[in-house]
Amino acid sequence: MSQLFTKSTQAIFWNNNKTAIQRMLDYDYTIKRDTPSVAAIVAPTSFNKFEKFFFGPDEVMIPLFKTTADAKAKQPQADVLLNFASFRTAYDVTMEALNLGGFKSIMITAEGIPERLARGMNEFARQKNVTVIGPATVGAIAPGAFKIANIGGTIENIVNSKLHRAGSCGLVTRSGGLFNELSNIISINANGIAEGVAIGGDRFVGSVFIDNLLRMEANPEVKYMLLLGEVGGTEEYKVIEAVKAGKLTKPIIAWCIGTIAKHYDSGVQFGHAGASANDDRETAEAKNLAMREAGIHVPTSFNNIPEIISAVYHELHAEGVIKDIAEPPMNVCPKIRRSKEFICTISDDRGDEATYAGFPISSLATPDTGKGIGDVVSLLWFKKQYPKWATDFIETVMKTVADHGPAVSGAHNAKVTARAGKSVVESLVTGLLTIGPRFGGAIDGAAKYFKHADDNNLDPKAFLKYMKGEGVPIPGIGHRIKSLKNPDLRVTGLMNYAKDNFPSTPLLDYARTVEALTTSKKENLILNVDGTIGILMVDMWRALGYPESEIDEFIESGTLNAFFIVGRSIGFIGHILDEKRLAMPMYRHPTDDILYDVPVAEKI
Amino acid sequence: MAQKAIREYDAKSILAKHWDKYFPDFTYAYETVMVQNGSELKEEAKSKSWLKEKALVAKPDMLFGKRGKNDLVLFRDAKPGDVSLAKATSWIDEKSSNEQSVYFSFDGDTPTGDAKVDMLTHFVVEPFAPHTQEEEYYISATCVGDDDMLYMSAEGGMEVEEGWDEKVTEVAFSITDTEEEIAKKIKANIPKDVAKKDKEAFANFAIGFFKAYRELNFAYLEINPFVMQGNKIELLDMVAKLDDTAGFMMVEEWGNIEYPTAFGMEAKSPEVAAIEEADAKTGASLKLTLLKPEARIWTMVAGGGASVVYADTIADLAGIEDLANYGEYSGGPTTGETKFYAETLLDLMTRKKDPHGRGKIMIIGGAIANFTDVAKTFTGIIQAFEIYADKMKEIDLKIYVRRGGPNYEKGLKDIKEAADRLGLYIEVYGPETHVTDIVRMALA
Repeated sequence: MSQLFTKSTQAIFWNNNKTAIQRMLDYDYTIKRDTPSVAAIVAPTSFNKFEKFFFGPDEVMIPLFKTTADAKAKQPQADVLLNFASFRTAYDVTMEALNLGGFKSIMITAEGIPERLARGMNEFARQKNVTVIGPATVGAIAPGAFKIANIGGTIENIVNSKLHRAGSCGLVTRSGGLFNELSNIISINANGIAEGVAIGGDRFVGSVFIDNLLRMEANPEVKYMLLLGEVGGTEEYKVIEAVKAGKLTKPIIAWCIGTIAKHYDSGVQFGHAGASANDDRETAEAKNLAMREAGIHVPTSFNNIPEIISAVYHELHAEGVIKDIAEPPMNVCPKIRRSKEFICTISDDRGDEATYAGFPISSLATPDTGKGIGDVVSLLWFKKQYPKWATDFIETVMKTVADHGPAVSGAHNAKVTARAGKSVVESLVTGLLTIGPRFGGAIDGAAKYFKHADDNNLDPKAFLKYMKGEGVPIPGIGHRIKSLKNPDLRVTGLMNYAKDNFPSTPLLDYARTVEALTTSKKENLILNVDGTIGILMVDMWRALGYPESEIDEFIESGTLNAFFIVGRSIGFIGHILDEKRLAMPMYRHPTDDILYDVPVAEKI
Repeated sequence: MAQKAIREYDAKSILAKHWDKYFPDFTYAYETVMVQNGSELKEEAKSKSWLKEKALVAKPDMLFGKRGKNDLVLFRDAKPGDVSLAKATSWIDEKSSNEQSVYFSFDGDTPTGDAKVDMLTHFVVEPFAPHTQEEEYYISATCVGDDDMLYMSAEGGMEVEEGWDEKVTEVAFSITDTEEEIAKKIKANIPKDVAKKDKEAFANFAIGFFKAYRELNFAYLEINPFVMQGNKIELLDMVAKLDDTAGFMMVEEWGNIEYPTAFGMEAKSPEVAAIEEADAKTGASLKLTLLKPEARIWTMVAGGGASVVYADTIADLAGIEDLANYGEYSGGPTTGETKFYAETLLDLMTRKKDPHGRGKIMIIGGAIANFTDVAKTFTGIIQAFEIYADKMKEIDLKIYVRRGGPNYEKGLKDIKEAADRLGLYIEVYGPETHVTDIVRMALA
């Protein structure tokens, strides 16, 4: 891996740090990335499913997950973890991600992770071949491709410092603030940076100077490197060894800050936790001298860094190693943006013609399009183009449940309301309001419980026992008069359709074994029409490739009832129009049909 | 700073608290008390009868070693091992009543370098433990580079320090070594001078010691010497540092731990202590070290790296005699936090005029911030200016500002306007000026 990031790199951002994520997206828009660089956010305590961010003038939604595992499962292409957890949890978050696998690099921002934990975490990452940036860092950047969180500062500074497109310098620093400063200096005195990493200020950081410089040596975009070290530690000597061994051949400019430390005893801590010289070799002077002797370009002080950069750059440029860069076009983020109050992800009325999930209405409406109401439902409810066997099934269900005569409670309510002189819509909602756990709700319940039993491998006997424990009759089982011998032909029709057209019907097959057991106890305990619909819907979604979690969500959110609501509305409206046509009078229930048992209220 | 020294008494207390876990095959009496004066010792003796019954040893417990050579270990009155409670009490009262000179390095028995002079405030008192030289051992552990190191010797006391290379066995452990691997390595490296009959017990103790060092998050742990008599252990002298970043996980294990200031170091000024307290309460970073409060150049620099670069540059161009402080604020402090930090500095720098009659200099520096809002932090600085403007003029203060980052144009404009309104001398520069160039300008 010679490049840390590419223009298609995506990250999972642990912690919903909105400012930092917005900065990343502003950067993405500016450099014309196709996709946002943050694919998912892990927010363990949030119940939201997404967070809105600006992508240029528009808004995009980035999904939120409770765990890294969930986020990684949904966004497997995201191979960078930006760990913004606190010093208390940053270690656990990193270790979990390393165990999950699939991450090429992990950036850790927390400062002050216990040293023993940090050392173990860094070593584990090394074994897993994962590049750790940090802890205690502002991050890294591959200009023109991918930028971590806040590195580079505001978008204005990024453009000023030419961090929006690749230059030729590989920059490695400990300090995050000076990283920015040096990017600016390099943009003024040379042509910007190709890749940059702030390795972090804690004593034990994951990737150290040499790791990053060796990668940059292998990266053809990097033509020379700048290393900004600090008093304390011996990491700079590894760089010197690599130069001497010929492993680092590109020109290197280097400086260690903290030359002042020699004037004071070790009680004064200059800079970061990692910056404390334990012996003479670790002083800034000793390291600067040793680097100079190894042939590294070392200035006389921090103030001279610009001159050296300019000299090295112009030499490489004159040699033709560094070519002139054409400034790429970029987008400009609008200064003023307003967040939207509502979100719509299913249809759009802004163009020439309104669309259903991207399809103009005219491309679906007329018979010659070959599309039916099932296609419209699949687009507007599920934002997917279902295959014909599935849209036909949806239509079959709606037709099957359209009406069941005037006596059922919903139709009865609608009729009573219509006779009270109310309008179609008022009468209809009265009927619809009856739909719930007892009326129509068996579809939901059947799907839920049969799926639960199947998911948990309960055999029919165990399932019956479980339902007894729950204290509810099995939804979808039982009919007033129908039995195996006198089957409900609606059920037969649905089952036959499924048998002939579904790729497979595992849940229905399971339900039939349950039905065999229940009917052996009582003739009419058959799988009824509600049960069959609920169960076959699950089979349909499974065959369409939906993960179980999403099917559970459909059941939880009442999607199954929705099929019943739409279908039965047709019947209700029929009954209401019937009442209007017949001009039926106000209905009053006969008193002799009511059992009156009204004792005098007790005094308490 | 992550590694912090603790008192010998606290180190022993931590080991004693977890003794049975790490040293189940050994006993340790944990007869030790820490007192600040003689009357505290007498008070302790009421509940700890061994103080009255046994011969005692007393010594200061203030993070420095070489106490024997500094003649600060009381173990004899007329002859070794005859120190009574009364003697220990009077000795502690005597030693704590006036300043003592302590040397930190010796050539043989001759002190080298300067002594530090300070009051002795903490003493540890323990029973005198008669033992033979053969029963003394050395053991210590720390982290060097990426590895943990265990140092063991069959000889304890001064001999180890003076003959380190010949007498000490070093063993290195990777952070990923398992307990089995660690035990195997230790057993294979027991110093050859440990008597054959004691080798197994020594290994057993060393394994427990190293496990305690790792699991209790010590950064450094040394017992020199410890005495092993069968299964009875005496910890004669201990030095320890804790990794204080692990403090949040070790609340139970460490108990209430104090990190004392080193002997001879000036006690923290109330200002520094106040900044430390503010730092502990915020997610941002506020750091202050007073180097020479009467000096004329004061820095208020944002960022851990930039603050060092400014200090380097001032040392290069003006010398350290003129540098009053080192410090930094970073990580997006609030306006209020920045105001408090600026007020603290302004208060310190305006107390006295420069003795040579020169004006004082305040460097408000910083690199190009990643996420700290410059205008917000500068608002805090401006509020502090408003309070101290008159005093700032009295010491003829010149202010040099250089900063970049989010909202920096507004921050720079605001601070310039405020200084002009208050009649303060100020020069203000942005990211187009090299980060430390204001030091050169200020000194020109």
